[in-house]
Amino acid sequence: MLELMEISKYYNPGTVNEMCLFHNFNLSIREEDFVSVVGSNGSGKTSMLNIICGSIPIDRGRIVINDTEITNMPEFRRQRRIGRVYQNPAMGTCPNMTILENMSLADNKGKAFNLGKGTNRKRIEYYQESLRTLGLGLEDKLEVPVGSLSGGQRQAMALLMVTMTPIEFLILDEHTAALDPKTAELIMELTDKIVKEKHLTTIMVTHNLRYAVAYGNRLIMMHQGEVIFDASEETKKNLAIDDVLNKFNEISVECGN
Amino acid sequence: MLETVLTILKGALEEGLVYATMALGVYITYKILDFPDLSVDGTFPLGAAITAMLITKGVSPILSLLISFAAGALAGMLTGIIHVKFKVRDLLAGIIVMTALYSINLRITGGKANVPIFTKETIFNNAFFGKMPKAVQPYLGLAVLFFIVLLMKFLLDRYLKTKSGYLLRAVGDNETVVTSLAKDKGTIKIIGLAIANAFVALSGSVYAQKSGFFDIYSGTGTMVMGLASVIIGINLFKKVSFMKATSAVVLGSIVYKICVAIAISLGLETSDLKLITAVLFFIILVVSNDRKRRAKGNA
Repeated sequence: MLELMEISKYYNPGTVNEMCLFHNFNLSIREEDFVSVVGSNGSGKTSMLNIICGSIPIDRGRIVINDTEITNMPEFRRQRRIGRVYQNPAMGTCPNMTILENMSLADNKGKAFNLGKGTNRKRIEYYQESLRTLGLGLEDKLEVPVGSLSGGQRQAMALLMVTMTPIEFLILDEHTAALDPKTAELIMELTDKIVKEKHLTTIMVTHNLRYAVAYGNRLIMMHQGEVIFDASEETKKNLAIDDVLNKFNEISVECGN
Repeated sequence: MLETVLTILKGALEEGLVYATMALGVYITYKILDFPDLSVDGTFPLGAAITAMLITKGVSPILSLLISFAAGALAGMLTGIIHVKFKVRDLLAGIIVMTALYSINLRITGGKANVPIFTKETIFNNAFFGKMPKAVQPYLGLAVLFFIVLLMKFLLDRYLKTKSGYLLRAVGDNETVVTSLAKDKGTIKIIGLAIANAFVALSGSVYAQKSGFFDIYSGTGTMVMGLASVIIGINLFKKVSFMKATSAVVLGSIVYKICVAIAISLGLETSDLKLITAVLFFIILVVSNDRKRRAKGNA
């Protein structure tokens, strides 16, 4: 269970450029929910993710995960419970380190990074096994630096890496936006598979309305820092892309676009 | 003619090995952490100052090496804390520590800009070596240097293969990954700077023992020299796939000193040394195309 309670966030407070992003924003997400978040640019989608992850501070409000308050917890500590995949495929992996080294790093999350061997030889088979599920042939390229892989391959690895160790939340920040349609499809299917297998509570920000409708059990539309449309399980099942698109047009008209 | 060439080469080899440990330290900050660390110009003479004073007081030369190493680590940690906790830019954090160390080094030596230890026992000049056959004596210094550099290179290679070492490489490669591993990237940077400056101070200690004196100005240009060694080494040997970057850096330090020796043998004065350093460094940067800083965050 993730709860955002009465969150307020202003940019440039106290200046003429003061901009209110969130004012008393509330959102709660139940365990094992897979929430798709859509909304126009500047509607606060990514800022919401940044607030959950602790990448940007908030001015007022509380953030609670499974009854633990994390409002003042530094970003890196929150990541013990959270896994995040970014829009930019380069963000989730270390380009100058090999596939094997990246997998080893991810496998070690939550444990001590001491003077023990960086790569546990006994785990290599397991790494190859999980890489094989991607179907990209990465299992035979363990010694290749990740920097020489394509964006799709890197994004697949990033997804694999953040879900390798137990986490409570998966945060997907437009994670298919920078990929070609075919690769995006592949990553999306992979995401769905991992989420179902590991029973992860997931928040997915996307501009792809088809994905937003097809995946997950709840759909949220955001506009100017507020949730203006919230379709849960039953409603979402009967939701068509056109319905969402119409909603989109409504808010765009209000804005005068 | 051949003899003079050999003498020059041996001198350059020795010098290169003295500074090789320092170059390994610069390799950690510049190549692994992507942090241009100027505190090196202060930690190199810090190691030399501590060693000169300890040896004057009769402390064992080997213990002096270890104490210098520890002092370097502390100074590096300080640079790290200034950068990470007080959010001072990397270059400026280094400059702060470098400037402070100038006075601290003078404090350590009791205000003397020069402390000779020619007559004292060092790792290069001791009773044990005196008993060795005359024929091998000229090469004992080289043997000691080889031993120290290989040991330090081996330790660094081993460290970079540990879990902690993986994190250090990750923080220079992509900070976001370190955060997503629930680790504080700041702490890792501080650890990296501590290790790097420990290496540099150890090199300073070796320098003092080899040359037989401490000189407050011996630190000026250390970072540039280290950078030159790193860039020469890595660019010269990048095609040699079986060679580790650390080995390339050690060789780079030797090649660099040979370049300097050639420049001096062509008629330049030793007082031109810093000018030679600067010009060589400039040429290396232009030739290797390494003058732009790497973009952070993404590849």
